[in-house]
Amino acid sequence: MEIGAYSFGDTPLNPDGSPRSTAEGIRNLFDAIVAADRAGLDYFGIGEHHTVSMPASSPGALIAAAAAATSQIILGSAASIISTDDPVRVFQQLATADAISGGGRVEITAGRGSSVETFPLFGYDLADYDRLYAEKLDLLMTINESPTETVSWSGTVRPTLDELAVVPRPVAGRLPIWLATGGNAASSARAGKLGLPVSYGIIGGEPHRFAPLTELYRRSAAQAGHTENIKVSVATFGLVAPTKQEALDRFYPGWHNLNVEMGRLRGWGAPDRRQYLAQSHAPGAYYVGDPDDVAERIVHLHGYLGHMRHFLQGDLGGLPHEHLLESLTLLATEVKPRVARLLAAK
Amino acid sequence: MVTTIGILGAGRVGSAIARTALASGYAVHIAGSGPAEDIQLIVDIVTPGAVAMTAAEVAATSDLVVLAVPMHKFRSVDPTSLAGRLVLDTMNYWQPIDGQLDEFAGDQRGSSEVVAEYFAGARLVKTLNHIGYHDLETDARPAGAADRHALAIAGDADAASVVAEVIERFGFDAVYAGPLEAGVAFEPGSPVFGGRHTAAELTTELERAAQESEAA
Repeated sequence: MEIGAYSFGDTPLNPDGSPRSTAEGIRNLFDAIVAADRAGLDYFGIGEHHTVSMPASSPGALIAAAAAATSQIILGSAASIISTDDPVRVFQQLATADAISGGGRVEITAGRGSSVETFPLFGYDLADYDRLYAEKLDLLMTINESPTETVSWSGTVRPTLDELAVVPRPVAGRLPIWLATGGNAASSARAGKLGLPVSYGIIGGEPHRFAPLTELYRRSAAQAGHTENIKVSVATFGLVAPTKQEALDRFYPGWHNLNVEMGRLRGWGAPDRRQYLAQSHAPGAYYVGDPDDVAERIVHLHGYLGHMRHFLQGDLGGLPHEHLLESLTLLATEVKPRVARLLAAK
Repeated sequence: MVTTIGILGAGRVGSAIARTALASGYAVHIAGSGPAEDIQLIVDIVTPGAVAMTAAEVAATSDLVVLAVPMHKFRSVDPTSLAGRLVLDTMNYWQPIDGQLDEFAGDQRGSSEVVAEYFAGARLVKTLNHIGYHDLETDARPAGAADRHALAIAGDADAASVVAEVIERFGFDAVYAGPLEAGVAFEPGSPVFGGRHTAAELTTELERAAQESEAA
């Protein structure tokens, strides 16, 4: 089982709660990726986001920089909002990072985007949501599957490519492309049909309830004749600390800040600490705990989903940077070997 | 009396309602937007026990039809198919998710009143819009449980009372908010939306909202 982390960027906060610079958030994120690589973490995903509190708007740039500064960690977008970006540019940026990495360490995860900031930002109409995603995913896959540099494609949402070069080519010929979904059944069926590995973002509820979706994904893949590359990864909130209580105390303020902000944007009520605590214990969706607790819960979920990678987002709402760094170290050095041991014993 | 619940929409909301209805002993008919074979596989695995049908068949064969399509797609449902039917509107106009939809943004009324105008002839009731889809399955409790939550219902009193029985069987106390226009009290941005309330707490919130709207 690969163990990793992901982040949308987390702008640090001053003691009075006001945001520090977004540049500092990006620098922290870069430092965290380098630290994760040194600690031995398997994967780091950069989630495209466009808010002041979460400023990782350009995964390609960050991944390229991280590719140069790391040696073993797999780097990916988690996810690129493919609906409102140009698949040619997304591919070029990640293929560039792949070349810098020496090859084989860079992936793309393509998502639809659950928040809609990118639509006005890049001039798209939300009414075209489904068509944009379907066509742009098709273009991204067409570029990736192309045996040569020249690509031809036509559709309705961007200009035709008529035997045009799309370079650089990935070192290994292709980049792994994952499909991201938050749990819509049709998305699991789509991933299976396309033969793409699938990445579930589970940010609430009880994660083991995603078991039918992974079955739907695998059955859809089998029906379409796809046997290779049928893989499931899971992204959840989570933070590891030396003790469960420290983890709960460290993660809560940022979770609270995030929920106040999201509540203001989306019309929710005030965040509820009881809900937080309920979600932070089995079988909830927050993997917040000591290494034993987090490892056991990842393995428990594996019994339902059979996933090959689990990665956590801990830096939310102004989490102190040192707490993120300690969590990444514990994930690599304490959680990962426990997960391996528990899975081997099954 | 409701024995068969029809669901239009097999996304996260529609699937969660389908499983809840099945667990509560109802027969469930469900229609999605994708190709028929996709829907069949989805239903077999994600909502086992439900019967996959076309939207028209769902409308024709169910005692209660649940609208669980994305708000920007509600006009894809044929309004004549729901004429005379009891219809449950779970949808929200939720700007951060739907973007700007002028027909709602430019209308002072609640979203269900706009929807009801399109489905003229249907007996439209608003509920299940203010609970998260994964909470629906995890928060259900037997009647009388101390930690049972309440859900608000707005619509014509007779239709609402039929829906209230369904909500109770789903595992929630049902609180009648008043006619369809009272539904604004549990739309996005209201204190009720996305919160967890006992029946007493919810009643208080709805009364406060009613007083504020009278004063306005």
